[in-house]
Amino acid sequence: MSDTLEIGYIPLVDAAPLIIAAEIGFAAEEGLSLVLRREPSWSSLRDKLALGTLHAAHMLSPLPVAMSMGLGGLPTPMAVPLVLSVNGTVVGVSPDLAAAMRQRGISGDFMAAASVGRALIETASLPLRVGVPFPFSMHAELLYYWLGTLGLQAPQQLLVRTVPPPRMAEAMEAGEIDAFCVGEPWGSIAVGKGVAEIMLPGCAIWRFAPEKVLAMRRDWLEREGGLAARLVRAVWRAGRWLADPAHHMAASEILARQQYLDVAAEVIERSFSGRLTVNAEASARRAPRFLAFAEAAAQFPWRSQAVWMASRLARRTGLDPDEAALAARAVYRPDVFRELLGPLGVDLPGASEKLEGALQDEIPVASSGGRLFLGPDCFFDGQIFDPNAP
Amino acid sequence: MSQPSQVLRVAVVEAHVERAHQFVDALREAGDFEVSVIGDATGLARRLAVIDPDVVLIDIENPDRDVLEGLAHASSATERAVAMFVDRTDDAMTTAAIEAGISAYVVDGLRKERIKPVLDAAIARFKMVSRMRRELEATKAALVERKTVDRAKGLLMAARGLSEDEAYALLRRTAMDQKKKIGEVAAALVTAADLLK
Repeated sequence: MSDTLEIGYIPLVDAAPLIIAAEIGFAAEEGLSLVLRREPSWSSLRDKLALGTLHAAHMLSPLPVAMSMGLGGLPTPMAVPLVLSVNGTVVGVSPDLAAAMRQRGISGDFMAAASVGRALIETASLPLRVGVPFPFSMHAELLYYWLGTLGLQAPQQLLVRTVPPPRMAEAMEAGEIDAFCVGEPWGSIAVGKGVAEIMLPGCAIWRFAPEKVLAMRRDWLEREGGLAARLVRAVWRAGRWLADPAHHMAASEILARQQYLDVAAEVIERSFSGRLTVNAEASARRAPRFLAFAEAAAQFPWRSQAVWMASRLARRTGLDPDEAALAARAVYRPDVFRELLGPLGVDLPGASEKLEGALQDEIPVASSGGRLFLGPDCFFDGQIFDPNAP
Repeated sequence: MSQPSQVLRVAVVEAHVERAHQFVDALREAGDFEVSVIGDATGLARRLAVIDPDVVLIDIENPDRDVLEGLAHASSATERAVAMFVDRTDDAMTTAAIEAGISAYVVDGLRKERIKPVLDAAIARFKMVSRMRRELEATKAALVERKTVDRAKGLLMAARGLSEDEAYALLRRTAMDQKKKIGEVAAALVTAADLLK
């Protein structure tokens, strides 16, 4: 008899580790039967998790931090034992705006966030209206960081608006927003409809931004540690499986199914290969490590990542940054990751916090197995974030 | 925050006209509320600013919930149209609402006794609506299956010279052997036949 867990997700490419854990047998190996619940909105997924209708869920990386800080509806202490994905988002603008930006001159490099950002600020009429999927999302954090660093004041010059991803193309077409930051496949779908051009991959702003996490209520983790352990191991194995390029075609086909994303497998595969079709002329651009599931310890929930998000959220909402950092450290759980995955021989990093943004390249780091490489994880402007001096 | 003497203002976000009407009727029966319907998410911020509701009700399946959530936490002073949160005055009531498929946003400080009749009426109405929706879906699915089985029977009768009863018996036997539903076997046969045309 296997144990059944109800898992919530939003139909996005980065829900892959949960879908693959259920479909390829990683959950079954742990004696788990995963009932995957496709949720209509992040609010609905959050509420069901907070009230116990769901056991665990695919969640925007800053959302459990926000919930634990008391931001948004149904504040609840949360736990994140595993990161599901790193990066995988895109920034898009209308084709007209893209053409005007090019006239002003932008770098031909797909990763040139500063050049694209400056052209966007100079070209668009202010305030710039940008659509994101949810107020507590890495999409919103990346935008505030990127355009804020380049001089845009929020909210006077930058309005970040919530638009459900399936409506992003429609909102662009209706002129409700000038730009968007969204997870795949929704950027590619907007390009396919001819209403947007992809200007940047999210990784151009922060090379190693945690995007989605495996989230659960803290009291559930404490009460049902055994079940949580089996879930974390199954999803960790699914993430490793996804990191192998030999599996990308199969993964795309599975995700494409009607009950999951219901989108052409070819469009999904672009995320795995990092080769994106960026405009109606079908020009392709390549982003290095566009979407990572396991590379460079992507699955490890660094406390410093949570502190970065909390300090940004606290600054914007007027909360105390020290209290926010304290709350954040209790959400991301490298201790649980170590305890559950160490016995499997996983190469564990020596530290649980690090400077964020310090690595320009891939470098070897101290680890239990001595074979671990981290980086690059730099921000587009070269800033380094010290979690002990946020 | 509204004064206790005032009539409670309730906004219902619902694009489906008929469902919206049912809602309004149910709420009006339940008490003296001022009920407004918002059908289109595009103007959500503007409409909410005009209505200035004490409670907003929205179908939990409605993807525009995140828009409402975004408005509730808008960082911009100019866009702060609603300062409301998912109701958590009573977890049992919130859970009942979510199970019924509804989510309620309430202005900060609104007392539980004032929210309860609204939610009770909404939950009762929602349960009925979702049961009717399920019944309708079940009926539709049964009809589709009946049509597919009829087509499969026809194909077998034509291809193998069987009577209608024999064709049905063959479908049923195959389904039992393959541990499948008769509808699945029929659908596979119809698909294969379409491909071979």
